[in-house]
Parts: sequence; structure tokens; C-alpha cells
Amino acid sequence: MPAVLDAVRINRTLTRIAHEILERNAAPGGVDELALVGIRTRGVPIARRLAKAIHDINGHEIPTGALDITLYRDDLMRHAVGPQPVIRRTEIPFSIDDKRILLVDDVLYTGRTIRAALDALIDFGRPKSIQLIVLVDRGHRELPIKADYVGKNLPTSLSQSVQVRLQEIDGRDEVEIQES
Amino acid sequence: MKKDLLGIGDLTRDEIYLILDTAEAMREIGQRPIKKVPTLRGKTVVNLFYEPSTRTRTSFEIAEKRLSADTLNIAVATSSVLKGETLADTAMNIEAMAPDVIVLRHASSGACHLLSRICRSRVINAGDGMHEHPTQALLDAFTIREHKKRIEGLKVTIVGDLLHSRVLRSNALLLTRLGADVCVCGPSTLVPIGIERFGVRVSTSVDEAVDEADVVMMLRIQQERMQGAFFPSLREYFNTFGMTTARVARAKPDVIIMHPGPMNRGVEISSEVADGPYSVILEQVANGVAVRMAVLYLLAGGVEGD
Repeated sequence: MPAVLDAVRINRTLTRIAHEILERNAAPGGVDELALVGIRTRGVPIARRLAKAIHDINGHEIPTGALDITLYRDDLMRHAVGPQPVIRRTEIPFSIDDKRILLVDDVLYTGRTIRAALDALIDFGRPKSIQLIVLVDRGHRELPIKADYVGKNLPTSLSQSVQVRLQEIDGRDEVEIQES
Repeated sequence: MKKDLLGIGDLTRDEIYLILDTAEAMREIGQRPIKKVPTLRGKTVVNLFYEPSTRTRTSFEIAEKRLSADTLNIAVATSSVLKGETLADTAMNIEAMAPDVIVLRHASSGACHLLSRICRSRVINAGDGMHEHPTQALLDAFTIREHKKRIEGLKVTIVGDLLHSRVLRSNALLLTRLGADVCVCGPSTLVPIGIERFGVRVSTSVDEAVDEADVVMMLRIQQERMQGAFFPSLREYFNTFGMTTARVARAKPDVIIMHPGPMNRGVEISSEVADGPYSVILEQVANGVAVRMAVLYLLAGGVEGD
């Protein structure tokens, strides 16, 4: 199956989202209150790229962190079989109090990851607001969650899976739909 | 991971590294304003302590609470054990109330293995007699790795009451499994027979043992377990085997000094060394919480082939 998004289009999409972020947070002081938090694993490099894209546009340094939501997953203790998922570090090296948090993930699907991420974030403080950025929205929500910025809406069936690959982790940039 | 954590002897090298890496992530939770994650919500952990303990019990309890488990502590001094109940009966009665994890400390070696056979709950060994104290060895390894960035190839010297020490046994197993060069030293009356089988070197001269060491680990003189005279006096023990500034100077310049606690100041370690710049003793205590969180998290999940 051919890639739905290639490197050029991913890059262009992220630049567009960076512009949208600046537009929507244009109120005085708005940009100063922004902070990016990427959800591990692939939300983190996307958050870093957005920080760079914003820096390229207006020179602002947006603080960027990484969130591991494993410990907040609602399916963690449901399976009696198999080892526990590996936990990686959460690194949010700034206070999120009164910040406008831009939460970043690669694929929005059931919404359960985002639910877990919201719980995790709230344990770090009380942000002024949380906005959600996803590279791909593939539908099939199981919770009332909606993204504020979407790279690409990708209608999929439940039997398919969406594979996001990023240079930093996978050695190349592409988004692919796979039949499973 | 297996169902229980009974000893380092049951862990593979990969499992040890998995625990240490998970502890790395757990430590960050202790630095947050809200030091709690919902991971073990609804799980019940029983801390069953047949021997006195401050550090280990507190550390387990904090670890359980940070993971949102419901915890209860059974101190033997206020329990039916005093009325003559056996360990197996106590365990089966606790088991009847369906806890998920039992953390056991007991004066008899092998007590955790007994519990493991009769309980469906997961069992964590918090020290059984003179056998093992796996979470202590894991937190020691975590502390060493933090300072030295590796364990393989380090010279680790362990000095003190080797005979009665479960900390020694767990550490010897773990450190040799990860490729450290372990040298143990103590009065010959306190060197257990066959200790070489752990893959460690035995030295009777503390000066020689400490020479060029990367890590020096002191063990407590366990007078409560001693029936008989193993050395003439505590003062003589200190003179011959105690860790002093002069002895520390023989080790590498970046040596770290460890002690599992509780310390006998002026017996196995001088106050200058215990409170000195090379001492990481309180870091060991801090790291204990993260390591125990990791163990609880990894055990609470599924078991392969369950």
C-alpha cells in the first residue's frame, strides 16, 4: 500500500499546524504561555518539530516536554497474560501551571490515550488550557474527545492499522495504512 | 517476570536491567508535586514483617502508595503470631482476604519460598533470614549504575559480617551476574564456607580489599544474630575492619561508599566516612522507593504462561 503522507507532506502539514497554533493563540501574551508536551513515543519528535517550526516563524522558544502515559492506561491491569508494558521517562522540565498546553500525539483513534494523558498532565499542575494536536485522525472514537489541530483526517476501517514512521525513531518519514 | 520476587537467583540479566530501567522512570514520579500515579488502583498489598524494619517497610509502603495500591502493615508485635499462629496459617488467613501482593520479611531463610508455594498472591521477599534481600541488591545496583554509568568491570568490595548477611548474598549474585569484580572481606569467623561459589574473591586484609575499589559496600555487624564470640570486641573489630578515612584513601578517587543500614557508627564505619563526601548511603534509601515501585509494577502485571 502506498504511503498516505510522505516526508514532504508531513513537513508541510506540521508547518501549517505551527501557523494555526500561532493564529489561535494570538491574544497578547498568548504565545508566551504556550508549551508543547509530546506523548511517547512518536508524539515527542512531532512536538519537537513543531517547536522548531514555530521558532522558524517568529523566533519564539516554546518549552517542550515528553509524557509517558503507560502508568495511566485504563487497560493496564486488565490482561492477566503477558508482561507489563515498558515504562519510559516523563520529562516535563517546566511548570505547567497557567500554561496553554499543546498536547501532541501521532494518531488519534479511540481517544483512550488522550484520556490517560489528560489525567497525567493534571497531576503536574493546573494549566490554563489544553489543546490537542494530532498528525492523523483515523476516527472510531470511544470517548468524547476531539482534536484542535489535525494534520490529516484519514477514514479507516477497524480492521486497518495506521503506521506513522518518523525520521528520529524509524529512520524515515511516512504515514501508511495497513490491512491486518 | 515470574510470579514472585524471591531472590536475585531467579532473575535473568535482562530482568535485572528491566527492573533498573523501570525504576529510572519511576524515580521521576517522586519529584512531582503530586507524587502519585493510578497504576495499582484497587490492588491490595500486605506488608507482613516478622522482623523489625524502618527503611524497608517504609520504603515499600511509600512505593505502594505512590502507585495507588491499598496497603496494610502487619507488625508481628501486635498480631496473632504472638498467640502461636504459624507462618503458613497466618499466610492462608491473609490469603483468604484476597490481597494481590504480600511483602514478607522473616527471620527464617526460605520463608518466602514457603509462602510462594501456598499463596496465589504474588510474594515479594523483603529479607528472609540469612538468605536473600533482593530489593536491597537491586537498589544498590541502581545507585552504583547512577554514579558509574555501568556495573560491568567495576571493582566492588564488600566488607563486614558476611556470614549473617542476606544483603551480601543478593548483592554477590546480582553484581557477578552483571559482570562486576566482587571482593569480599571480613573476619575469618564471619566468612561463610563456600562463599567462592558466588564467583567472588575473598580477602582477609581490608586494606588489600579496598585497594583501587570503585565501590565499597559496608555490612552491618548483626549482633542480634550472633550466638557466640566471633571477634574479641567491637573496638578491635573497628580497628581491623572498620571503614576509616585512611582506608577510603586507598580506593579509587571517585569511590562511592555504601551501607544498607542501619549503621553501627564506630563499629563497621566511622562517622567521618558515613557522613563524608564519598557516602551515597542516603541516596540508596531514596532510590529504594523507585526500585520497589518498579518491582511492584512489573509483578502486578501478567506472567508468561499464566
